[in-house]
Amino acid sequence: MSLKDKLNELHERGLAEIKKSGDLKDVNQVRVSLLGKKGPITEVLRGMRDLDAEERPKVGAFANEIRDDLTAALAKRREELENAVLNAKLANEAIDVTLPGTPVAKGEPHVIQQIIDQIEDLFLGMGYQVLSGPEVEEDKYNFEMMNLPKNHPARDMQDTFYITKEILMRTQTSPMQARTLETHDFSKGPLKMISPGVVYRRDTDDPTHSHQFHQVEGLVIDKHITMADLKGTLQVLAHELFGDKFDVRLRPSYFPFTEPSVEADITCFNCGGKGCKVCKNTGWIEVLGAGMVHPNVLKMAGVDADVYGGFAFGVGPDRFAMLKYGVDDIRNFYLNDVRFLNQFTKKG
Amino acid sequence: MKISYNWIKEYLDLNVKPADLAEKIERTSVEVDDVVKPSDGLKKLVVGHVLSIEAHPDSDHLHICQVDVGEDAPLQIVCGAPNIAEGQMVIVALPGSRIADNVKIKKSKMRGVPSAGMICSLQEIGFPEAVVPKEYADGIYVLPADAKPGDEVYDYLGMNDSLIDLDVTPNRGDMLSLYGTLHDLSAIYDLPVKFDQPAVKEAGEPIADQLSIHVDESLAPQYKMRLVKQVKLAPSPMWLQIRLWNAGYRPINNVVDITNYIMLKYGQPLHAFDYDKFAGEDVYVRNAKAGEKLTTLDEGEHDLDVNDIVIADDKAPIALAGVMGGLDTAIADGTTTVAIEAAVFEHDHIRKAAQRHNLHTDASQRFERGVNRTGLQDALDAAAQMMDELAGGTVQTGTVVAADNVPAPAVIDITMSRVNAVLGTDLNQAKVTHILETLGCDVTADGEKLTVTVPVRRNDIHIPADLLEEIARIYGYDELPATLPTGRMTMGELTTSQKLMRATRHSLEGLGLNQAISYALTTEDKAKMFLMQPSEVTKLAWPMSVDHAVLRMNVITGLLDDIAYNSARKVKDVALYEQGRVFYREDGTERPSEQEHIAGAITGTLLPTAWDAPAQPVDFYQVKGIVAAYLKDMAVNGDVTYVANTDMPEMHPGRTADILVHGHRIGFMGQIHPTIAKKFKIGATYVFELNLQAIIDMPKQENQYDVISRYPAITRDVAMLVDNDVTNDQIVELIEKRGGAFLQSVKLFDVYDGVKVPKGKKSLAYTLTFQDKHETLVDDVVTQAFEKVEKRLQDDLGAEIR
Repeated sequence: MSLKDKLNELHERGLAEIKKSGDLKDVNQVRVSLLGKKGPITEVLRGMRDLDAEERPKVGAFANEIRDDLTAALAKRREELENAVLNAKLANEAIDVTLPGTPVAKGEPHVIQQIIDQIEDLFLGMGYQVLSGPEVEEDKYNFEMMNLPKNHPARDMQDTFYITKEILMRTQTSPMQARTLETHDFSKGPLKMISPGVVYRRDTDDPTHSHQFHQVEGLVIDKHITMADLKGTLQVLAHELFGDKFDVRLRPSYFPFTEPSVEADITCFNCGGKGCKVCKNTGWIEVLGAGMVHPNVLKMAGVDADVYGGFAFGVGPDRFAMLKYGVDDIRNFYLNDVRFLNQFTKKG
Repeated sequence: MKISYNWIKEYLDLNVKPADLAEKIERTSVEVDDVVKPSDGLKKLVVGHVLSIEAHPDSDHLHICQVDVGEDAPLQIVCGAPNIAEGQMVIVALPGSRIADNVKIKKSKMRGVPSAGMICSLQEIGFPEAVVPKEYADGIYVLPADAKPGDEVYDYLGMNDSLIDLDVTPNRGDMLSLYGTLHDLSAIYDLPVKFDQPAVKEAGEPIADQLSIHVDESLAPQYKMRLVKQVKLAPSPMWLQIRLWNAGYRPINNVVDITNYIMLKYGQPLHAFDYDKFAGEDVYVRNAKAGEKLTTLDEGEHDLDVNDIVIADDKAPIALAGVMGGLDTAIADGTTTVAIEAAVFEHDHIRKAAQRHNLHTDASQRFERGVNRTGLQDALDAAAQMMDELAGGTVQTGTVVAADNVPAPAVIDITMSRVNAVLGTDLNQAKVTHILETLGCDVTADGEKLTVTVPVRRNDIHIPADLLEEIARIYGYDELPATLPTGRMTMGELTTSQKLMRATRHSLEGLGLNQAISYALTTEDKAKMFLMQPSEVTKLAWPMSVDHAVLRMNVITGLLDDIAYNSARKVKDVALYEQGRVFYREDGTERPSEQEHIAGAITGTLLPTAWDAPAQPVDFYQVKGIVAAYLKDMAVNGDVTYVANTDMPEMHPGRTADILVHGHRIGFMGQIHPTIAKKFKIGATYVFELNLQAIIDMPKQENQYDVISRYPAITRDVAMLVDNDVTNDQIVELIEKRGGAFLQSVKLFDVYDGVKVPKGKKSLAYTLTFQDKHETLVDDVVTQAFEKVEKRLQDDLGAEIR
């Protein structure tokens, strides 16, 4: 048998043994027995001394080739076996991925807060300041400077929580109009502000009335502010809060501190404007009051009504939240049932 | 105010459906509450002729009626109404019909007798109780004798009309009448209206010989009367009754109905007196005198106030002016001479009188808002004319005009540039002029300046801004462009304190607390709890309920109310925070100051119980962790320390700490006292409340990069026994002071006070970490420092190192 045949035979036998090896220990034994210093290949290579000088390199190269091949086969087999061991181990570690995740402590902003934040962010982006005013107000700011003198019919005693004759729980965020108009320096630029906050009315709490609720006042005063600007601003607000599909319409209304006064309706989200029970078949839902600031309000705050003018609006976040989420009882906002609070988790 | 579509159509050539008309009104004038067609939802209601009736054999009140409903054979209907009679024309609900509230009528048997339908009252076919004529209030309604059996009843009763319910804003008193509404519709649709011209036939004696009126013109700037004699009281004709009940008024008799009808038509409230019941021929309009009393038409007895305006005869008040007439001089059976009053009373007096006597009437509502000051004579004449035509009266000659101060019309200058500058439009002068003219204004132009004379009936228009509203609404708000304000740029940025308040909320939410918004008005008892500084309570002068009568001086009690609400609904794990104001008041001041606070309350477990995490009831240290993490987020610049407070009455004396920053108390935390928990009906609850304003005002620690050492750290543990009253703070402070330059941190890792330590002692164990930022620490250096610490612990705190 030539050396070459011997090598071929060793090669075949080696591959068969490698294939047969059942674990890493076997593989190691096969390696030692085939490729070790005392192994057959080494022996064959030793026999090369007897070959012609011409043959020697050829057989040497062939032997190396076979040794490399067997080495590779051994490595491959080893990897196969290692993988099998690992896979078996991992299979053992399998868990039920449908079990619930470990709870983390996580709180939510109140739904009214979410709406206020959304409104604030929108108007901050349009260059408005955010101002907050006192909840205990003077009659002067809450009513008189809002063009509601003491005997004004729209000023119903029944609706106001008075503390003394002149001190009351503010019934609206509108006094912040008077307060900011009084102090704003128009030489430094226009007045653009919103003022969110808590307001109080002398009401009996029921599903649609709360003695405490929220308002966001808006006020823009400059030399060239138009009613079209008011309409555009309210449209932006409706789109931000409810979505781009929603339309805004203005209707005449009456507030002593604006003239013209309007009420703004948005497309009914229950029916999309087709008419349903929620919108009393009109396709529209009333969401806020607004108007062009009454010249008396400007004058009383010391602003020249012939030069400056603008618009104001008042938004009710409670009402927005009720409409947007279909909340059927305003009291839910102030009872803080955690099952209620945890329903409003969507961020962004 | 309910306005009839058919009535409007008599004056205005409108070609729109009722719903569209309502929509137009809503978008251009005033809000519309509802549009109702009374016959909607009703079915198979016909005229029936009662041919015969006989008593039901098994009933003492039922009758068996044979009723001709225009079919071949009469129907047999059993009827229980007391006023059923042979020969009547009645409302029959046929088998298969629908009456009010969608009730279906079927053939049935009543006490054994078959009944094919039902004879109806007005209420049963949907009329409100308040408008049904008194004579039919307790029985079936009887239709006019000329009604044709088998006809649908709707037209006989005016039920095919559409009624538009206007919600008139306080400034638009002019819309509280048909004529006022027609004026507005005329402008909206740009259509002419042909108003009636009253043609009163005066036939009697001169009124001046029969009546003199003495008026205080500051109370009644206008006051007129007419006199109609030989009046015969009777029910009004059907058309008039229909107008009234469709507007929500109960027909009473021709004279009273005429006054209501004229008010609906002209907006001018009238009052009809029985002239023969006057004590003499003199009538006075004056303030009431102290001690005077009046019984009004509704039989209410009133002690009059000296600020009330009354109509009086020589003896006593006979009417509460502008609000309600007196019973003694009311139109009643036997009345033959009627004095009709048309007047204008000072609105503020009327408003206060209506409030004072709790009598808010249609008349007072109109006087409060102002009536058409140029329309009194027409209304008076039209009423007199109708009393002639419908009640056979003889109108006495002339009108007593006791006062007739008609205000001058408002004249307002406005420029076209102003109109367009405010509205953001590009209207031309012709368009604006036309709009104003359709509203009844006179307009003269001088270049772009318009001088506008406003009709007196529009008492809401005084200044250019009022005209702008008129122009805008008639032009149409839908036609306005939508733009955003332009002009000088402004920065939109939250203030430092607003940013901190937002950060506060985000921080606490991240720490697991839900934001609550509770009521700021509470009980006096709760307002005074958990006080952080001395303060007087601030009470509402006139609260709606005792639960919300006092301004809160703490935020915690609101949260405890919330927890109680949850607990009562079996929600046991609640973690809430609230950011809001408390109201502190100093003695002698009226107005409290408002301070921003932040508070939290946790009961049950902070983390929901889960299959892989055992429930861990909230404890002091968990809440302390939250407070500490929050204060770290707020970066208050100064040492935060917690000092036991045993003195807060609402707090657990052994589990309460004041929270100090740099030695200043900014709040407290701990477990609420078990008696308080019991009071609120809640379980063990841990709370904190901090003066948020103080946190806002404190200097803040700016973030600063600190090199992280590349050299290894060495740790040493020390465990010790100390007396129970030695605190962790004392030990940590000592270690930090004596630990040398390389001590990086001290961390408590074990506390034990169980059976294995002597009584009165506790075991504490700390890990001390040493590190040098510039080179590798040598063990000896650490050992030296550590031993020093151990010695001081023994010497200073009597610690027994274990």
